[in-house]
Amino acid sequence: MGRVNRGWKGLKKSTKTDFATYLGVIAAFVLVNALRGGGMLSSSLTGQLVPICCYIVMALSLNLTVGVLGELSLGHAGFMSVGAFSGIIAAMSLQRAIPFAPVRLAVAMAVGAVFAALAGVVVGVPVLRLRGDYLAIVTLAFGQIIKDLLTCLLVGYDSDGLHMAFNLSGTLTINDLGLKEGGIAIIKGAQGATGTVTIASFAAGFVLIMIALAVILNLVHSRSGRAIMALRDNQIAAESVGINVTKYKMMAFVTSAALAGAAGALYGLNYGNLLASKFDFNTSILVLVFVVLGGLGNMWGSIIAATVLYILPELLREVRDYRMLVYAIVLILVMLATNNAAIKGFFARIFRREKGGAVQ
Amino acid sequence: MSSQPKRPATKLVPVPSTNRIPERDADKAPILECRHLGIDFGGLTAVNEFDMAIGRTEIAGLIGPNGAGKTTVFNLLTKVYQPTRGTILLDGKDTHGMNTAQVNKAGIARTFQNIRLFDNLSVEDNVKLGLHNHIRYGMFSGIFRLPSYWKEEKIAHERAMELLSIFDMQGMAAAKAGSLPYGAQRRLEIVRALGTNPSLLLLDEPAAGMNPSETAELMENIVRIRDTFQIAILLIEHDMSLVMGICEGICVLNFGEIIAKGTPEDIQNDPEVIRAYLGSKSEEG
Amino acid sequence: MEFLNYLISGISLGSIYAIIALGYTMVYGIAKMLNFAHGDVIMVGGYISFCTVFYLGLPSWLSVLIAMAVCTVLGVVIEGLAYKPLRSAPSLAVLITAIGVSYFLQNAALLIWGATPKVYVPVVEGSMPLFGGKLSISYVSLLTVVVCIIIMVGLTLFTGKTKMGKAMRACSEDKGAAQLMGINVNRTISMTFAIGSALAAVAGVLQCSFIPMLEPTTGSMPGIKAFTAAVFGGIGSIPGAFLGGLLLGIIESLAKAYISTQLANSIVFAVLIIVLLVRPAGLLGKYVPEKV
Repeated sequence: MGRVNRGWKGLKKSTKTDFATYLGVIAAFVLVNALRGGGMLSSSLTGQLVPICCYIVMALSLNLTVGVLGELSLGHAGFMSVGAFSGIIAAMSLQRAIPFAPVRLAVAMAVGAVFAALAGVVVGVPVLRLRGDYLAIVTLAFGQIIKDLLTCLLVGYDSDGLHMAFNLSGTLTINDLGLKEGGIAIIKGAQGATGTVTIASFAAGFVLIMIALAVILNLVHSRSGRAIMALRDNQIAAESVGINVTKYKMMAFVTSAALAGAAGALYGLNYGNLLASKFDFNTSILVLVFVVLGGLGNMWGSIIAATVLYILPELLREVRDYRMLVYAIVLILVMLATNNAAIKGFFARIFRREKGGAVQ
Repeated sequence: MSSQPKRPATKLVPVPSTNRIPERDADKAPILECRHLGIDFGGLTAVNEFDMAIGRTEIAGLIGPNGAGKTTVFNLLTKVYQPTRGTILLDGKDTHGMNTAQVNKAGIARTFQNIRLFDNLSVEDNVKLGLHNHIRYGMFSGIFRLPSYWKEEKIAHERAMELLSIFDMQGMAAAKAGSLPYGAQRRLEIVRALGTNPSLLLLDEPAAGMNPSETAELMENIVRIRDTFQIAILLIEHDMSLVMGICEGICVLNFGEIIAKGTPEDIQNDPEVIRAYLGSKSEEG
Repeated sequence: MEFLNYLISGISLGSIYAIIALGYTMVYGIAKMLNFAHGDVIMVGGYISFCTVFYLGLPSWLSVLIAMAVCTVLGVVIEGLAYKPLRSAPSLAVLITAIGVSYFLQNAALLIWGATPKVYVPVVEGSMPLFGGKLSISYVSLLTVVVCIIIMVGLTLFTGKTKMGKAMRACSEDKGAAQLMGINVNRTISMTFAIGSALAAVAGVLQCSFIPMLEPTTGSMPGIKAFTAAVFGGIGSIPGAFLGGLLLGIIESLAKAYISTQLANSIVFAVLIIVLLVRPAGLLGKYVPEKV
């Protein structure tokens, strides 16, 4: 046991998995770039590269809440929307201050992460006091509330700085902000963000995935991550060894929200027009499906599930009208195949027979 | 294996609260003192007027028939339940208003009757979670892998291995806790609790499900833990060979109230205890 | 007067939520699963009723019965094919499967009936004038409230008095023990789904009579609201679902009228959050702490 860990063989299994995950993401990035350079990607697929990156980060961050912390969240898209809109506001109002787009994008993503983290704190304080399905419904409720509030938001920018208004009565329009000559309307209430300068890039998406992976994997393998997983496995035992429940639940929840916010900012800056209603319950559910199919707590699984399931409807274009129907059936069948004891046992038997035959 | 460790006869001496602790701990204040401790669950009194003192290095036993309220006492001491009445003094300090985690930091660690390990984590990580509050680096050092992360994790690893060696479990360090055999899981819970560096260790039925030779080994280990760590141990156990073999002071609980206290000899000859265990003619079973 | 009007529309809206929530809560109580496809069964009920009236020219009351029959079968089939194989699976797996079923129903409806909304003809039309015409209650509202009360009383009697109802309660307390007592757990769960789905069909017809538009996503929002209502009242509790649904409808209606149309849903959800913070198991739910 006391032997020094040197070289690949000496590494812990989890460390190996982590390295393989990083390498896989880098390899995929290089491959996709090469394909794109060679003109081998369809234009529709090229257009989906950034959203795929965003959804991968969404899945990774939700996996931190659902897989690592063990609490079901049905409102993750809410944090994405907070990040998207705050990121868009930051990027649009910093156009003159930071002319270099990649830096502006990075700043916007950081702003998105910070605001989503703040939203995470506001939501987390009440939510994390509840348990199980009650917690789930409250995250769902917060997701809806965030969406509705953003639908009322009016934001413009002119030489005086930012102008904001809440259109609670439904009677205000962007003109009521009193923007000066040359000012820009950034977010127009129910019409969402319009006229956004799209500065998102696939490279930024790749960097964000790598950052999200590093944050989550390093967190999981640290003292704090252990405490978070302890809360998942057995909260009462965790308390009995002196773990501060609120602190670590908040840590996981807020980190998850911040990463979702960064992903949201990238997503928002990929489209000229963006509606708050894009980030509804269905989006939260979509990301949850990625996480569950990829495996709880399994980060590379989330990456693969998000990629495959995001592209799947695209691949099913052959069957056009039936594609969402096929998607639904695939989803149900996969859940049955991976969770039904009889079906699982069936696969296990086949596997064992092959193995046994090899030994004889 | 069947030969039990020879227990030196302990003399219990009174402390100011009229409780009694071993003579060798008499010059120091008791590690734990409960006064008039009690809890009601919606009109039902589960524990009442629970008075107890435990010496600094005492091995004490809490026994009683099923449903007597023994585990409830543990839950009160560790604040899983907040007491309805009474005070708990840990090392002379009132634990009123503390939660479970704070009580643990103050010095009480426990195991559970129905084992509660972190099943999906490795054995080593389970012990490291016991060491949680003694590992000194924060979230950011962890995420950015700062030098303090490497230094503290190395210390934690060594300390975890050292603790696992108490039960000779270093070889299992990488296994998932949930996959361990039953006996090893019980031992791992003790190791994890010891990791929190307690001054009082509560063991809830440590010998449950063990055969006589395993129980005998466990007894030796409990005594050894007390001697090595110089801590007090309070245990709930149904195995009378264990209780009578290693406990110095014993407290008998029935229907939530203490019916007898004293040395093993006192308890074995107490008519009330015999009645509680064997039942009077009207209430058999 | 105006307030009364909003209150009445709130009560009838709440009654629809309550009927859906009753189905939700029964299924949750017994199968311990969040059946996200429940809302879509409502939509199917609406479409079946629509088709029988529109294409077959059957009377409304008959269309309701047919919708109930179809939804009952649908509910049992869904349960048997998608949920039964996952009886011992982790709850998240069942949740995702339920979402899959929900997608399936919505997209099947899209293929069959198309995306263009159908205009539903309410089962009853007209309204009853009160106070010399100052106030009017539509017959649909009246019908909804009456149906809701009948269902609520019926379910209470059913679970309290009949053998099957008692079996359901036993299963929701402890499936293992119920099985040992000779209760056929699988049949009981199927029965619960059957009742829940039949209720969903009734709710679908009423919902469509209330807001006479029918599209494949018609069931989603009422489904989520009813789920909220069930949790609000204490999920698993029949009177809780009734109370939760009613309160939710009233809050929504009044918020729409007096605070903000756009934020009405948010206000409903905010009230839910506050209630759960004060009573973590809902208004009438029992909070059972974990045994240590």
